[in-house]
Amino acid sequence: MGTAYTPGLKVSRRTLVRKTRRLPLKGQVMVSEGQQVDPDTVVARTEIPGIMQTVRTAEILGLEPAELQPALRVQVGDRVQRDHVLAETRSFFGLFRSECRAPVGGTVEMISEHSGHIGIRVPATPIEVTAYIKGRVAEIIPDEGVVVETQAALVQGIFGVGGERTGIIHMLVSSPEEPLTEDMITPDLAGRVVVGGSNVSGAALVKAAEIGTASVVVGAIIDRDLIDFLGYDIGVAITGQEDINTSLIITEGFGSIPMADRTFRLLSSLEGQQASINGATQIRAGVIRPEVIVPTTEVAADEIGQDLGQLLEIGSHIRAIREPYFGILGTVAALPPEPALIPSGSTVRVLEADLADGRRVVIPRANVEIIEE
Amino acid sequence: MRGEAPTTVEAPFDDVTAGVVNAVREVEELSGRAILDESNLIVRPARDGTSGVDLYLSTSSAGGGLQMTVAGVVKAMSAESAERAALGAGAIIIDVIAVDDGRKEYEKVRRIRELRPDMILVSGGTDGGTVKHLVEVAEMLIAADPKPRLGIGMSLPVIYAGNKDARSAVSDILDGKVDLRIVDNLRPTLEAENLGPAREAIHELFLQHVMQQAPGYGKLSSWTDAGIMSTPNAVGKIIQIIAEQLGINVLAVDIGGATTDVFSVFGGTFNRTVSANLGLSYSICNVLTEAGVGNIQRWVPFDTKEADLRNSLRNKMIRPTTIPHTLEDLRIEQAVAREALRLAFEHHKTLARTLKGVQQVRSIGDLLTQEATGQTLVKMMELDMIVGSGGVLSHAPRGAESAHMMLDAYQPEGVTMLAKDSIFMMPQLGVLSTVHPQAAAQVFDRDCLIKFGHVIAPAGVARAGDFVCSLTMDGEERTFKFGTLTLIPLGLTETKEVTIRPGRGFDVGAGRGKHVTTTVEGGTVGLIVDARGRPMRLPADKTQRLAKLQEWYAALGLQAAED
Repeated sequence: MGTAYTPGLKVSRRTLVRKTRRLPLKGQVMVSEGQQVDPDTVVARTEIPGIMQTVRTAEILGLEPAELQPALRVQVGDRVQRDHVLAETRSFFGLFRSECRAPVGGTVEMISEHSGHIGIRVPATPIEVTAYIKGRVAEIIPDEGVVVETQAALVQGIFGVGGERTGIIHMLVSSPEEPLTEDMITPDLAGRVVVGGSNVSGAALVKAAEIGTASVVVGAIIDRDLIDFLGYDIGVAITGQEDINTSLIITEGFGSIPMADRTFRLLSSLEGQQASINGATQIRAGVIRPEVIVPTTEVAADEIGQDLGQLLEIGSHIRAIREPYFGILGTVAALPPEPALIPSGSTVRVLEADLADGRRVVIPRANVEIIEE
Repeated sequence: MRGEAPTTVEAPFDDVTAGVVNAVREVEELSGRAILDESNLIVRPARDGTSGVDLYLSTSSAGGGLQMTVAGVVKAMSAESAERAALGAGAIIIDVIAVDDGRKEYEKVRRIRELRPDMILVSGGTDGGTVKHLVEVAEMLIAADPKPRLGIGMSLPVIYAGNKDARSAVSDILDGKVDLRIVDNLRPTLEAENLGPAREAIHELFLQHVMQQAPGYGKLSSWTDAGIMSTPNAVGKIIQIIAEQLGINVLAVDIGGATTDVFSVFGGTFNRTVSANLGLSYSICNVLTEAGVGNIQRWVPFDTKEADLRNSLRNKMIRPTTIPHTLEDLRIEQAVAREALRLAFEHHKTLARTLKGVQQVRSIGDLLTQEATGQTLVKMMELDMIVGSGGVLSHAPRGAESAHMMLDAYQPEGVTMLAKDSIFMMPQLGVLSTVHPQAAAQVFDRDCLIKFGHVIAPAGVARAGDFVCSLTMDGEERTFKFGTLTLIPLGLTETKEVTIRPGRGFDVGAGRGKHVTTTVEGGTVGLIVDARGRPMRLPADKTQRLAKLQEWYAALGLQAAED
């Protein structure tokens, strides 16, 4: 009971990043194992079958389903263009003619004697999966995709919106406490990954999107500014599919919170380098956090694989992640084995922490995260 | 004994059984009984007084639960029956498709394709009724060519539970293109539902398809003495057993981080609904969105700023495992819980209703008295017991807090027992009930259920301070005024015969102004008299509302906020 595991976000100068790039349906893998790939290299491709459009043929011709057969001008498997005659009837010595034409082009897949409907499958839509990061194809998943791996600097955020982007990292502030404001956004930042400090204002975010900034990475955002930016409220933290051209990653939380020093220093050191970023977040089982990945070719053996982990011990550097100490840094001073009573009235497992401001406080273990120094 | 361990369903373990072994090890340590052998297999049957167990059962909520799309012909009839069948089998419904649901066909086809359910249930047509519409539904499925969420390259399971005369036509269209199962019609006539066969088929396919996709389930299945049951399905089973054995109407709720499940048995009819996005961690901001910040704020017994409240709920959403440290923080979380419980219950009431479309023979006299079809089955005055479970109710620091939340959210009427599931044992008892119903019912009563005590809540409204009712207990009469909440000490297993005399315009079960003599039971909280009126309304003025909230907290022996 002297130690405990606690969640923490990965902020690492050099780590092995592996990304599984998978098709939604079976398809074709376009690269081979060991191949070097760039973020925009197509690694797998497939076709999503088109939707089948149902044409109420018997109904259109005023026939019973069973009467359709003699009127048919197509059969299953035929390729048809838009306006192709699918079925027709003639009456009164051929003077009156009724037709049913194809509303779309495609392949006749179904002719139903039960309903008198004809189904036309429209052509398939090709879809491609790119490598997303610069790296090496480490593994092939037959017919489905690949695993790309690289040595990279990695920053995980706590929450994000918007999908995958790439861009050059550009620092817009000089300290983690400094907010990112509208006047800092200039047209030359199009396609860049811009980094701010404690907060991004709503106006700055809108302007960043207008000029086509690839991504904004910042400590926090006020809840209302995010809602205004998206045009709707987020009920559940499952994101990544938003229709926005600038992805947003927040590293700390909601409100105005300075970016963790270590994260800020790491991003500063990566300025000018190309990053692959993804705002997609899924806070459920199978958690996905937003990320900034900057592949590197430098290998410093002593740093590879370093993952100061998740082990909470006396001396561990922590940050409180809930009120009343939200955002405050400290070190673990004691890990009492017995659950203790906290002001809410619950009896839970706690730790004692020495805060940066000199106080020693008791905090539930669930309310801290380990930070790497 | 209860052992718990974190799930090992995800990397790097990718095997649920590792977590099971860890939890069983904890039970071994607590009980001093050897349950696992040297290869970490559960020793069965029990060998002597100190090792092994007679039975090993398992429930699971892995894989994000069972996600289903249901389809029917008429939205308010067969599609709704299909929805009830799927929910009762423990599914989360991601879409309800009906021929008459108002959407264009291509919109429905696109939805089916985008949502990628685990399976689809098709219903519609009474036996001997429409064939054409079912053929259309089947054609729609083929048009979408849907793929299951899990298991790339696998065929999508489709259960057909519609008009038996349409089976061959539907098979002609679907066979070979999906994994088709045909079961009895779930709505054979307008007047009757037959949900059992469809539910069994869902359960079977859940085990075969969804569970098999979760790492380690094949192994786990070989360990269990009965099929692995989905958690909500198991809770539903035990609730039905209890309602049947005690002959009572029951409402049960399980409020989690992501979802809230509501179960009810009224007049022997079981219903379950799940509100997939109402919960207290992952989905906390969806409660905020659906309820509105004002509806949450109204339950907070001290002044809060809207912006602070919003940011703090957002921070809970992104760090869902954190817990309230201060009393204020706890009160805010409990305010959100009231709204999540209320919204999930509203949803439940709309689905737990009598069959729509039933033809009734009416005489002139019936016109005034007979109820329309499609009325909710949930009648608060007839409800005997509410059981709460899920972290915010089961682990509230004080029992009175759980009782208070349930009172505010559900507003029971008449005389109702409030209780909680002590350590979320209901799922395990549900699966046990399939093997030993008697044992499951006994454990439920003795170990699982913690009774808070009866609540007496007269229905009706009046002005503040008006007489609501009197209560005669042990020869002593007490009166209760409108707008008050009172706690009368009455311990666990203690019972008293009481006579409740409601004022004019108030009803405690026998009709307005009519007295009721009944036996009430106490619990860990006591006997509560809720004279706040039904429907209950909070004062619109903030100062008055805060004063009332603080008065009610104090009445239940609770502190509203830290001094």
